[in-house]
Amino acid sequence: MASLTLFEKIWRRHEVEAAREGRPAVLYVDLHLIHEVTSPQAFAMLDARGIPVARPARTLATIDHSTPTGAPDAAGERSWANPATRAQVEKLLANCQRHGITVHGWDSPHRGIVHVMAPELGHTQPGMTIVCGDSHTSTHGAFGALAFGIGSTEVAHVLATQCLLKRKPRTLAVHVEGCLAPGVTAKDLALHLIGLIGVDGGTGHVIEFRGSAIRALSMEGRMTLCNLSIEMGAPAGLIAPDATTIEWLRGRPAAPVGVDFENAARDWLSLASDPGCHYDREVHVDATTVRPSVTWGTDPGKVVPIDGCIPIEADANAAKALSYMGFTPGAAIAGQPVDVVFIGSCTNARLPDLRDAAAVLRGRKIHPRVRMLVVPGSEAVKRAAEAEGLDRVFRDAGAEWREPGCSMCIGMNGDIARPGELVVSTSNRNFEGRQGPGVRTVLASPATAAASALAGAIAAAASTLAEEAA
Amino acid sequence: MNPIHRIESRSVALPTANIDTDQIIPARFLTTTTREGLGRHAFHDWRWLPDGSPNPDFSLNRPEHAGAAILIAGHNFGCGSSREHAPWALLDAGIRCVISTAIADIFRNNALKNGLLAIVVPAEVHASLLEHAGERLAIDLERERIEREDGSAIPFTIDPFARDCLLAGVDELGWLLARRPQIEAWEERRAWNA
Repeated sequence: MASLTLFEKIWRRHEVEAAREGRPAVLYVDLHLIHEVTSPQAFAMLDARGIPVARPARTLATIDHSTPTGAPDAAGERSWANPATRAQVEKLLANCQRHGITVHGWDSPHRGIVHVMAPELGHTQPGMTIVCGDSHTSTHGAFGALAFGIGSTEVAHVLATQCLLKRKPRTLAVHVEGCLAPGVTAKDLALHLIGLIGVDGGTGHVIEFRGSAIRALSMEGRMTLCNLSIEMGAPAGLIAPDATTIEWLRGRPAAPVGVDFENAARDWLSLASDPGCHYDREVHVDATTVRPSVTWGTDPGKVVPIDGCIPIEADANAAKALSYMGFTPGAAIAGQPVDVVFIGSCTNARLPDLRDAAAVLRGRKIHPRVRMLVVPGSEAVKRAAEAEGLDRVFRDAGAEWREPGCSMCIGMNGDIARPGELVVSTSNRNFEGRQGPGVRTVLASPATAAASALAGAIAAAASTLAEEAA
Repeated sequence: MNPIHRIESRSVALPTANIDTDQIIPARFLTTTTREGLGRHAFHDWRWLPDGSPNPDFSLNRPEHAGAAILIAGHNFGCGSSREHAPWALLDAGIRCVISTAIADIFRNNALKNGLLAIVVPAEVHASLLEHAGERLAIDLERERIEREDGSAIPFTIDPFARDCLLAGVDELGWLLARRPQIEAWEERRAWNA
């Protein structure tokens, strides 16, 4: 039998009809995730044709993008950014009720950022096809699921037929061998890889992350890495299921139980790419060369090690980015003054991320100039963090401990910075205006973000810890 | 959807590389629950000054580019989020075709489903189109070629299924809905084999 990649195995299991005579393949979707921003137009497309949702049990909804992260007031009233955001959430709740779709709304203990809560509940499983009207759906590839973002028209396609018309993407293997140095996180690795591969390097491809450094990552680290596949241009990233995957899934509410789980686990392990399989492209990376990294420009590929310098401008694109960021070419990135620190998003708002940040902050105070927001990825993350006392660490340091949601990653809910302010953010995009008009964003790991909050300037976590030891 | 055979217009250039969907339409305008009326927000923070007046330095605002429907855009256009509001906003602003050396996957998918042509051309062709920005172009979808003012023509290829749908003015959902019997039979086979 031919040697197959992980991607090819999943694809073949879901091909209702292969591509032929110029037509794309019909690909079956196992799990469809929806939220309030990209689904209302899709439901309207179904209504326009008078058709129902084909398989409501295969769609799961949550509210995350436009939801306020301030605690409700005494009367239970929430601090909506504007009436439109509230209307969007109410529309989703009504659409789900009308079509029999499970929705984790305000009253659900499982509500959260869609790419945090679905894995947490065990809905995300190896070998599945998973789509959502959100480009960071690539997150779920951490489990060995083929997961990618779609537009609202395709959301309608999935609601109406549980299928998509899809051209088969090419494959790109990214082999990362060796050990990441202490203090180097999955976020640093991901930023390093975006810098290396480029923001367009993965276009048209599914990336499979492989090698000893990938196998050594926790599931949360794998989610951070796969989350950022789209920032390399690849709509999907994949990591082969292994013992780490299986143990993380065991006992989750939506995971199989008993003998069914053991049977599923055997099947999941068989999904790994076969020895000798063919990838369309391959990239090899030495994990020992990766350092804590941050961005200096207005796309996530403009990356430097934290002890590095802002590049001397190379082309028009870099010059435009430097002009927006207000950085001086050749200056050290560390030490640049910081106004806001944001710990959150589908990239870095899981429990280990919050622990990383809290470890840096414990017993210290953030710089008086800095506003720091800590936004857990889900209600479950929030509860677990509070049970460990992490909320106290953040509050005592002077940070705001907020309600779960996408928050300042996309700024739709009113969580934005002021024009000209510099935000060190654990999120995924440093595009112009992403965190508010005129706001400048530097992407970083939770530890680097926390260290920068203490210093009031971009700073490495390692130096903070070394200071403590001295 | 109306069939698309031919788009004739002057071109307008936006040569910046990696124009992301947050530039095409900032997230704060995604609070709508409909698809209409997003044109004003297309390239909002580049196109409008903070006081709401048009930015005279932005190419789409120049009087000579008024009504231009063909955008010659920098490399890797449409990277970033999956928001279909990006092609909706462009179409509502009068853009009907984007030509670049690379177009991000999700944006291209969304564009073609809405009748916004997304065409990838080689770097040297792209450079020439940028150099002659403002020229009259005709996009012939049936023959898959860009006809230039000087009489020359540039071939391109577009997904054949998307092309058929655009030429016929039908959307892909209708085609997928007609596959329901095959999809249901596949679901039954899979349940049986599980």
